[in-house]
Amino acid sequence: MVRVSFRVNGEPVELDVKPSELLINTLREKLGLTSVRYGCGIGECGNCTVLVNGEPVLACLTLTVDVDGCEVLTVEGLSKSELTRVQKAFIEEGAVQCGYCTPAFILMAEYLVRSKPEPSIDDVREYLKGVLCRCTGYVNIFKAVLKASGSGRGRERVDKG
Amino acid sequence: MVVSEIPPINITARNTRIIPFEYEYYEPRSLKEALELLDRYGDQARILAGGTDLLVKMKARLVEPRVLINVKKIDGLRYIVEDGEQVRIGALTRLRDVENSELVKKYIPALHDAVKSMGSIQIRNMATIGGNLCNASPAADTAPPLLVHNAKVVLSSVGGDRVLPLTEFFKGPGLTVLKPNELLREIIVEKSIAGSSAFKKVSRVAVDLAIASAAVYVEVEDGFIRNARIALGSVAPKPLRAVKTESLLRGLRIDSREVLNALKTIDEEISPITDVRSTSEYRRYASKVLVLDALEVAYARLKGGVHG
Repeated sequence: MVRVSFRVNGEPVELDVKPSELLINTLREKLGLTSVRYGCGIGECGNCTVLVNGEPVLACLTLTVDVDGCEVLTVEGLSKSELTRVQKAFIEEGAVQCGYCTPAFILMAEYLVRSKPEPSIDDVREYLKGVLCRCTGYVNIFKAVLKASGSGRGRERVDKG
Repeated sequence: MVVSEIPPINITARNTRIIPFEYEYYEPRSLKEALELLDRYGDQARILAGGTDLLVKMKARLVEPRVLINVKKIDGLRYIVEDGEQVRIGALTRLRDVENSELVKKYIPALHDAVKSMGSIQIRNMATIGGNLCNASPAADTAPPLLVHNAKVVLSSVGGDRVLPLTEFFKGPGLTVLKPNELLREIIVEKSIAGSSAFKKVSRVAVDLAIASAAVYVEVEDGFIRNARIALGSVAPKPLRAVKTESLLRGLRIDSREVLNALKTIDEEISPITDVRSTSEYRRYASKVLVLDALEVAYARLKGGVHG
């Protein structure tokens, strides 16, 4: 066992883990953060996306020992009381169908909003292409992200694109 | 081989939620420490860099190392620096860093094209350029651009460094000339100064592995090709240079039909297989089109003076 300490959603965490333990399992099973979703397990679906030190990575291909000393963010840690602009836009635009992929899309959208003001529809596609939605509800997701990022003419542009 | 004979890949039949075995785990803080560990454990050890290939293989028990050496915590192997007519890239540089590098965009445009096309932002944040080369997939997208930029690799061990041209680094699918106690430390890349370069690939969906890929470096004088280098991915047991085709291109008018004729020689230089991603026939056809497309983009960059 290896002692690791890191922060999850702002809270300090200290745990003993096997070197083979994956971050997705630590987050889901030991810390109860079930917004982190298991999809393919081989780095293709992106549903296990979390932010480590502000950068999106896949929790199913990250060893827990590797985030020692890091800051991990999941959807649970996004807002303490009020929903974020991205979360509100997802609700308003009906960007949720079965909801399985939603946490990963929200995190990638938050990352996009933080790193690229006024993104184009191509930027949105580029940032979101690593998350698969098997309901294929992409159009409403793109609309929501454009809305949240302040690119107001979102609806029109997505429908054309 | 007909399509019905293609053996299925069993990776998803495994439990990919966990790594199903234990190993000794090390986190060296310096290159020296890492090389000493490698020297001690040799082929019982595997190097963990980005993990996007290795951990997938470990989940499926395709590799089952007794020792895992996580090199990500080593300082000073993550850099992109200009050095005269070369650019030096540390092996632990993330693909995302390569993508965002102005030096790469300006002087190794084909590599910029390639990393932009690889996986997703999440994957590019994790995967390293050294890991992509050491994994030695015939479909490694960083390989063709580096090959046309005459890249060299610096391999380190406790005994010192050796420098090899990248053309001599790959041996076959998943195989390199790395000795059990050696680590890829740095990639040295020739800048495009007199010419320019580009990379093209076809894949099924955006984040998929390449069905076929091509990189071209070209120098043009008064409309004639002065020098051309071509490298191809996913069409042979390893990424390779098409040297015969390159020599036929030299001296041709870049916009002539003779260029198309010369590209037919690519057929003799590649040996694509049929697998789940594509057929051998399609790969042969696509390779020529990709080289032509990459040639056009590289030439447009050269004329426009823009490298982006």
